[in-house]
Amino acid sequence: MSGLVAVPIVAPLIAAALSILVSRWRNAQRAISIVTLGALAVIAVVLVLDLDDSGGIIVAQAGGWPAPLGISLVVDRLSGIMLVTSAAMLLGVLVYSIGHGGVERTQAAFHPVYLVLAAGVNASLVTGDLFNLFVSFEMMLVASYVLITMGGQRERIRSGMTYVVISLVASTFFVVVLALLYASTGTINMADLAGRIAQLPDGVQLMFALSLLAVFGIKAGLFPLFSWLPDSYPAAAAPVTAIFAGLLTKIGVYAIIRTQVLLFDPDVRPASLLLVVAALTMAVGVFGAIAQNDVKRILSFHIVSQIGYMIFGLALFTVAGVAAAIFYTFNNIILKTTLLMTSGLMERRGGSTRLLRSGGMIRTAPLVGLLFALPALSLAGLPPFGGFVAKFSVFDAGVGSREWAVVAVAVLVSLMTMYSMNKIWSGVFWGEPEQPSEHEPRDGGRLGGPVLMVASTAALVVMGLAVMIWARPLFEFTERAAIELLDRRVYIDAVLRPTP
Amino acid sequence: MRRSVVVDTSVRVLFLSILVLSLYFLFAGHNQPGGGFVGGLVAGAAIALRYVAGGVDEVRSALPLRAQTLLGLGLLVAAVTAAVPIALGHDVLDHAYVETTLGALGDIKATSALPFDIGVYLVVLGLIMMMFEAFGDEISFDETIGEFSPEPGQTPTAPASMEMYDLDLFAELAERRRLSDRHEGSPGGERP
Repeated sequence: MSGLVAVPIVAPLIAAALSILVSRWRNAQRAISIVTLGALAVIAVVLVLDLDDSGGIIVAQAGGWPAPLGISLVVDRLSGIMLVTSAAMLLGVLVYSIGHGGVERTQAAFHPVYLVLAAGVNASLVTGDLFNLFVSFEMMLVASYVLITMGGQRERIRSGMTYVVISLVASTFFVVVLALLYASTGTINMADLAGRIAQLPDGVQLMFALSLLAVFGIKAGLFPLFSWLPDSYPAAAAPVTAIFAGLLTKIGVYAIIRTQVLLFDPDVRPASLLLVVAALTMAVGVFGAIAQNDVKRILSFHIVSQIGYMIFGLALFTVAGVAAAIFYTFNNIILKTTLLMTSGLMERRGGSTRLLRSGGMIRTAPLVGLLFALPALSLAGLPPFGGFVAKFSVFDAGVGSREWAVVAVAVLVSLMTMYSMNKIWSGVFWGEPEQPSEHEPRDGGRLGGPVLMVASTAALVVMGLAVMIWARPLFEFTERAAIELLDRRVYIDAVLRPTP
Repeated sequence: MRRSVVVDTSVRVLFLSILVLSLYFLFAGHNQPGGGFVGGLVAGAAIALRYVAGGVDEVRSALPLRAQTLLGLGLLVAAVTAAVPIALGHDVLDHAYVETTLGALGDIKATSALPFDIGVYLVVLGLIMMMFEAFGDEISFDETIGEFSPEPGQTPTAPASMEMYDLDLFAELAERRRLSDRHEGSPGGERP
């Protein structure tokens, strides 16, 4: 089974190469992308199902070099569930982009770059080596630089530049931290680092924990490092916004969870700082969202706010807390991607995502309204949706650790999330447009949009509902992931065990 | 574009010799300084000389393949080399080698890392050619005005600020490329 671990990285790269070679024929590119991403989803599921037989962790050593000499590729329960979720999102958004036309139709580079993005996402999740994590992030980011500016409108390039500059600064900082880590410990294999960092003085350990938190905090959009996010995501093409908003920030969260838990001893983890950051991220994100008058910008601020909940769960560093953080993360990937996909549908149908310029869409496109309402209610945390389970488990873990103040903030933020979702609902779906849009609204037919766009959005909405139905087994899965993650020995022993 | 006889002639001499040097780096790379990346960069330097001599048309005529074909082929070769060991039941990127004696030519050691290096070489070369095509084209430096003029013969208006100006230019170039692609009727947005 260990052979399969590298496939999620290598397969999209081969597909990207083929996609470049057939760049004259768009349908061939589409077929390659769909087949590859579909196969990746299947492989990810196979890997996760195999985890039970492999003791919860599957390790491959690239090139046959044993750790810590070579690059270890590791799938445990945390990366497994992230792999499955991201593969499903990548496939869903790809189908959506084909229906959307736009950059997918006009740009020959869309499919290859999208596949490289997929390879980067998978590599970030699978790698067990900190430098390789940097390389994976770069692969993902370079692809995202192309995607975010694709199409070349003035607004898009302007806000894309913000994104590129911020990401470059973060990457530079990342390399510097890596160099310092290597200088002080002599290794960059994460399993090996876990043992060696513990031998450093406490202050140095804390410095590394904070530096890594800052690096990934920029990618994840933590307070106070989030200001680039609501500015750059909404300007990109609708499918690009959907996959970035849904997936990329959560890869940053994954990296925070992985490094903070695996690399550092419980007494040097910056737990109380993380709690404060989590509360501020939640609150500032939602206040930002309330002030906005554009669907995409409201949703972008909510990305930030939601990240706060995940960090809150992590900051407790208990099994309940980390389990809740993992559950929240993958559930939020699905919800956020779906919501941004529906906002793309609204934009297409109403000609704009400004709240004042659209309205009455519940009569013209009732299906889009339904596709928006279900994930929106789930995001706000209304029972019985998956978002309720996620939020409740975070609150429960917070109460269990007696962090009353942060729990109170989280509950209040939840109410305000509901308020801003209502704002979108009443602005877009009810009433009449106050200022008619300058763009002629397109008639999307009975469905409210092209079949592929609506179908892929509906499929992801159903996936979000499936989380609700199978909440119990999924939560048990994330609990085991959290137990193994906090134990650390499972991961370290599996990676450093000599290969037979 | 004005061409200089001195540059033209020396580039003609240098181009092939630099390419040979880049191939040497490619093959020497396994145990000595060099490798696919360095070899590709040196080959890219040779391409850059052609650009200096004759602009982007000269770059296009330097190699019979289009830049994206090179890039795609290179990525394909490298990724397949990485994937083949998985299919054979080994770890990803695992490698093998054979040593043989070729009579008077001496001993050679052929490793499966070589195809990977060749892939990297092609990717780097393709990327450099692509950069010249993307940045070395469609924009003319008008020496008399000392500004990038968007349209030959048209006087550029003074930009409100440098930042605005650059973005306007980017956007305009992208728009013009889009229009010309549509005009040429190629759906992929590539050159016919």
